[in-house]
Amino acid sequence: MADLVHVSGLRVVVRNDGGEEVAIVADVGFSIPQGEVLALIGESGSGKTTIALALMGYTRSGCRISGGTIRVGDVDILSLDATQLCGIRGDKITYIAQSAAAAFNPAITIMNQVIEPALLHGLMTRAAAEEKAVALFRSLSLPDPDNIGRRYPHQVSGGQLQRLMAAMALITDPALVIFDEPTTALDVTTQIDVLRAFKKVIKERGATAVYVSHDLAVVAQMADRIVVLNHGEIRECGVTGQILDAPADAYTQTLMAAAVPRLRQSLPAALAEAPAPLLAVEGLMAGYGGTPVLDDINLAIKRGSTLGVIGESGSGKSTLARVIAGLIAPARGRVLFNGEPLAGSLTERTREQLRRIQIVFQNADTALNPSLSIARILARPLAFYRGLRGDACTRRITELLDLVRLPADIATRLPGELSGGQKQRINLARALAAEPDLILCDEVTSALDTVVGAAILDLLAELRQELKVSYMFISHDISTVRAVCDEIVVLYSGRKVESGSRQALMAPPFHPYTDLLISSVPELRCGWLEQVGAARPLPVMGAAGAAVDTPALCSFVARCPARIDGVCNAIAAPRHTLADGREILCHHPANELLEREARVRQEATG
Amino acid sequence: MRWLDNFVGRLALSGRIGLALVAFWLLLAIFGPLLAPYEVGAVVAEDVFAPLSLAFPLGSDYLGRDMLSRVLSGTRFTAGLAFAAALSASSLGTSLALFATVSGRWIDEVVSRAMDTLISIPSKIFALVMVAAFGASVPLLLFTTALIYLPGAYRIARALAVNLNTMEYVQVARVRGEGRIYIACVEILPNMIHPILADFGLRFMFVVLLLSGMSFLGLGVQPPDADLGSLVRENISGLGEGAPAVVMPALAIAMLTIGVNLLIDSLPRAGGRNAGEP
Repeated sequence: MADLVHVSGLRVVVRNDGGEEVAIVADVGFSIPQGEVLALIGESGSGKTTIALALMGYTRSGCRISGGTIRVGDVDILSLDATQLCGIRGDKITYIAQSAAAAFNPAITIMNQVIEPALLHGLMTRAAAEEKAVALFRSLSLPDPDNIGRRYPHQVSGGQLQRLMAAMALITDPALVIFDEPTTALDVTTQIDVLRAFKKVIKERGATAVYVSHDLAVVAQMADRIVVLNHGEIRECGVTGQILDAPADAYTQTLMAAAVPRLRQSLPAALAEAPAPLLAVEGLMAGYGGTPVLDDINLAIKRGSTLGVIGESGSGKSTLARVIAGLIAPARGRVLFNGEPLAGSLTERTREQLRRIQIVFQNADTALNPSLSIARILARPLAFYRGLRGDACTRRITELLDLVRLPADIATRLPGELSGGQKQRINLARALAAEPDLILCDEVTSALDTVVGAAILDLLAELRQELKVSYMFISHDISTVRAVCDEIVVLYSGRKVESGSRQALMAPPFHPYTDLLISSVPELRCGWLEQVGAARPLPVMGAAGAAVDTPALCSFVARCPARIDGVCNAIAAPRHTLADGREILCHHPANELLEREARVRQEATG
Repeated sequence: MRWLDNFVGRLALSGRIGLALVAFWLLLAIFGPLLAPYEVGAVVAEDVFAPLSLAFPLGSDYLGRDMLSRVLSGTRFTAGLAFAAALSASSLGTSLALFATVSGRWIDEVVSRAMDTLISIPSKIFALVMVAAFGASVPLLLFTTALIYLPGAYRIARALAVNLNTMEYVQVARVRGEGRIYIACVEILPNMIHPILADFGLRFMFVVLLLSGMSFLGLGVQPPDADLGSLVRENISGLGEGAPAVVMPALAIAMLTIGVNLLIDSLPRAGGRNAGEP
């Protein structure tokens, strides 16, 4: 069959501050046969989005397509003028952006936005477009397809909005659909539903698509072919199975290695025996303006160990870090550090207490003051806690930079001049400057590329060996948490649903929520998405427990595949301890959970 | 001088024209009276409302004084007074905004509502009342105009500071145990200085217009001194004959304000480079 898309010798340049043109995409060529999905994969800055946008004849401001040909169908994209391009975009070629929330206009109903491309290009009448939109909503497995179009974007969830954007892109029956990291911003449990919907709709409509992502495991589910990019050049191009099983290029091998988190060294035995925990949280309840975000949280961090806190967005994991750091005062319960209670507010804590707990935020872009040099950022905690000035301070800054494996000459630069990974290292170095006992790491690798993130995890593990520092490691990614943490706590909407050691959390039985989290993480092999099967219907719940939002009841009941009518919606779940020392908040005893999970896995693979 | 090259290089053409105009008027305000060919108050021409000539490049006024010398002296009053008033309004407004932002809810509430009260008084009427009560003098004009433009500067600075206050680097500083002054001056202020400067330019322009309006009504700078606004008023009788004496000071006001306007319009793009980029 003839290729639908053919790209050759594509070159995109950007004008730098000095006025010279630098190539960010050089000599890229590939072709996509009709009805296939091609994935562009690479780290940030590899040019994958630039190439995807170039397929529509579009470049971001400051960039320019300086060479090559792009043919879609029988149209030579680069020979078209602005008006002709407008006629093609949104009709023959459509685009699905990473952040659906930012791509929808909050003041217009969803239906009017979804059918807009069809009306704009004069393809069908309003009634026909609406009918088609409803059919698309149905194939994308959206709830209440007949009426969802009447809602406004803020009235649906993030995963639904992403699927609605796919409906908008497909309404014109485009020749080519471009997916630009459509699930990167979603929780894993949502991502799996969105991927399923995308896959189904692509198959049904025989759409040809370009799928841009940095996540190999996601791409393995979606793509027929993969193009691996690095620094704007193609490193490898091949069928999905070949890239995954037998990557030829060294860079692809690095990507593959980073995608499977390696276990980091666990707690030294001598330290594990220490009697008193470094930090203990007892019966903690906290929230914003009266609404509790955390409820009845108990946990302990041993000296020199790493505690992982995992949960999806809105589970309260960042709030937990903020309470421990003193940014939010707890409503009830207490935080003990070295056996002494910590005051709730910052002003009541001593400078020594503040020094010993440091927090490292997720986004290094907003965590470093953009107008201060690296040296000034690192010098402040040194001067503030330890009174270091002048030469001693400069020496210590060099040591700190060395500790986070950065060259000393970086000290004179501003944060804006560093890469994401470098910024995150500075972020860490600033916390280390205080010589803390405990570092609260809030999603420190989430905003980074896999390879860079893996390097940061290695660094954390090394620092733990060198400095005997403890971590509280907060993440939404269960595989990362299992790779670096000694103890793990699973949070769901502010409650601790499961906790235990890393070894114990490697094998079932799990709490139903933990099980959902683990089974939703895409695996790095073809066909995983089909194997995990379609989302099973949840057990029917009677109206008996009308008060589902009663605080004492299990908070996961609305989504739980193992819920029991008349029990889960009527009685608060008990917290019980399993044989391997894990705590689980669930009505089901361990053996029932084990049986159920084994059955589900068998159904999926068989 | 490299930063200047950089700065000029990043401005759009309109911004460069604005910069040239502003620099021109600033130089005139500083050195103008030295360049003046005649004594400001001296009656030197034989004719009133004389046309442009070599001896009197901008003509003569209603008493036969040299218009060039009078415009040069008036520029110093207009630009100097406006600069001082805008500077006081912006710096005081920014300081109050930083103070309100880092000091918790109650202080923020009290200061913000006080500023709302001030902003609700119509500016011209407030200025007229002040002049009526205390008489027109340069210090009073300075104080009044600074007070009138203070709440606007405060609101802009507070909106910026409140946004920055939620940034993670400010939270890190707070967790470190830093005091309010450090957070305000080191963590917040440097990151909002560019929009504040643009706002300062805007305020400078408003003050020029307000002062000129006051002087035109005869309530601004009092004779024998004259700012550009009073120059227009005292020569208004020459309007019928199209005398340059009334056109020239009006043109000076226009060029000064348009210059500042052009400059600050292109400022955010020059200053906000690291703010807008993903």
